[in-house]
Amino acid sequence: MKHQNHAGQHDVGRRVAFLGATRGMGRALARRMAEAGDALFLLGREAAELERSAADLEAYGARGQVGHALCDLEQPDSFAPALDAAVQALGGLDVVVLTAGIFASQQALEDDAELLARLLRVDFTHSVLFCEEARRRLLAHGGGTLCVFSSVAGERGRKPVVLYGASKAGLSSYLEGLDHRYRAEGLRVLTVKPGFVRTSMTAGLPEPPFAGDPDDVARTVLRAIDRGQAVVYAPAPWRAVMAVIRHLPRSVMRRVNF
Amino acid sequence: MTKERSKHAQGSRLSGWGRHSAPGSELLTENLERGSADMPLSRGLGRSYGDSSLPPADKPFALNTTLADRILAFDEESGLLRAEAGLALAELNRLLLPRGWFTPVTPGTQYVTLGGMVAADVHGKNQHVDGDFGDHVTRLLMRVADERVLWCSPEEHADLFYGSIGGMGLLGHILEVEFTMRRVPSPWIWQETERVANIDAFERALSDAAKDWPMTVGWIDCVAGGANLGRGILMKGRWATADEAPKDPPHALPRPKLPFDFPSWALGRLSVRAFNELYFRKHFRKETRGLVGPQSFFYPLDVLRDWYRIYGQRGFTQWQGLLPRSAPPGAARRTLEILSARGGASFLAVIKDCNRAGVGTLSFPAPGITLALDIPMRDDTQALIDALNEQLLREGGRIYLAKDSLTRPEHFHAMEPRLAEFERLRDVWDPERKLRSAQSVRLFGDRA
Repeated sequence: MKHQNHAGQHDVGRRVAFLGATRGMGRALARRMAEAGDALFLLGREAAELERSAADLEAYGARGQVGHALCDLEQPDSFAPALDAAVQALGGLDVVVLTAGIFASQQALEDDAELLARLLRVDFTHSVLFCEEARRRLLAHGGGTLCVFSSVAGERGRKPVVLYGASKAGLSSYLEGLDHRYRAEGLRVLTVKPGFVRTSMTAGLPEPPFAGDPDDVARTVLRAIDRGQAVVYAPAPWRAVMAVIRHLPRSVMRRVNF
Repeated sequence: MTKERSKHAQGSRLSGWGRHSAPGSELLTENLERGSADMPLSRGLGRSYGDSSLPPADKPFALNTTLADRILAFDEESGLLRAEAGLALAELNRLLLPRGWFTPVTPGTQYVTLGGMVAADVHGKNQHVDGDFGDHVTRLLMRVADERVLWCSPEEHADLFYGSIGGMGLLGHILEVEFTMRRVPSPWIWQETERVANIDAFERALSDAAKDWPMTVGWIDCVAGGANLGRGILMKGRWATADEAPKDPPHALPRPKLPFDFPSWALGRLSVRAFNELYFRKHFRKETRGLVGPQSFFYPLDVLRDWYRIYGQRGFTQWQGLLPRSAPPGAARRTLEILSARGGASFLAVIKDCNRAGVGTLSFPAPGITLALDIPMRDDTQALIDALNEQLLREGGRIYLAKDSLTRPEHFHAMEPRLAEFERLRDVWDPERKLRSAQSVRLFGDRA
């Protein structure tokens, strides 16, 4: 079985372990990978959901049978066995994708300390722990791509996403460091920074300009994986939007409400 | 990991394709089984024209199914496919047509969900041969009003199964659909068109074409009057054989967006006349024949996204009536004469012969002719719809609920002797009428 070459291109299809493929942007990305002929192994919390998505991805053209194992971002003990099951089933590993995470509004997080602790734990601590397990296994197989969904919310401290943004800022910073530290050894770390995307997670939130669909994100991310990019904004216009926001002086950020 | 949350924006409204709207918000979730609990109605891509997919006023919520779109099983031997109800036909076409599979029945847009195709028991250009979508459905997974989730089929809970086909989502939430896809010899259509002089010739031409062609439909110039009343273009098609078809699949057509609403004067009588005249003249050669892609054959209007905006802010309605074979000869002519006499400019009129009664308790199609007329919303549109319905009653016909927004309940009751049977099914499966729509409140007499 041929792995990826230097340019991140693949000729037989990637072997992908995926945490978060049952819903939203994860579902869209996993489908694009299946259509490209990749072999997929799904990680997640609910066996029934994993089975349904596995069937869907097989219909979309995934190479071979799509296997699955239980893995819960709230349970760090579950990470290593699940990833081992993936390596075993796929006969190796080229890509690990993490799209799972929790979202809650600033107000909800301010009102509920327990929810806040859980979000910080899942979106930062446990996500990092998962990536560490994934990183070890990818390096053990000569490298590959670790693709993790962070958020544009981590780019600047902003009023509507102070707490969620802080967890994502931490995650993005970790991923950047990881990319610097291990790229020479063949590990490519792709930090995905989605802007506003219409999913069940964002249903009911007021829609800003440049809102995108999961499929736009999936296409952009897949291209970034192929090219070996380190950071990708999706949908694409968010790159320019965030370039502006990153350079706004604090005096302005204090006054605006985004 | 994500929480399902609903759109609860204050003062939000939901609308049908023709811009008919009602207060309401949608719950958007991947999990229909969880999301359907205590919901009055499910709704897919909102392509029904009127208020079929709008919730009742006292419970302004609908479950949006479009995130539940996974294919759960597909047997490439038999074509049997099972999927979540929110799967869009467009996605199914994109995925499976290149592999040689097509839906057994398609409506005139591919932006519909499987659940919606069952709920409206949609029909297409092959109605005279293959019946409706419901004819090809083998099983449905439903959430019924008492919160049970159960399978129904011709063998199991058959009353629920047949009631749900064409039942407009009023017997239960459709969670999963199983049906048989069809093998096609190529992704191309062989199409022939011919000009037809008037409505009487049209009825004859359709029934002649039905003998040799698996797919037929007619477009009518509804502005031409007198001897030309009902002139138009008859389109006939069949899947091209592998030998006839080019090596490459047809190009995906671009889908430009209409960025603004047309002003109301744009669809005045003169511009409609010009459009119809042009369309008719385009076929001045009298006959055309050749290969076309399925997109332009089945979904000519999908090319223009948001085409309802042509009708401006007030939107439009469609009147689609079935003129049964039992009606005295000339029923189509009498219907068009009403349109013509009232000067109701119709942008588009479509005529199709049907040969099979739908299997559903309330299925629209039956042997006869159906006429579909797009009618812009104006002050006199209600009166025009009333006149068309009164004529339809005299012919012994009925309307298609998926298109309707203006029919009066007394007309509906008079043209639907099957309603009593449907209400009996609702008494069995939903005695408290938890499942309702704005349309069922308007037409069936449900509480609001």
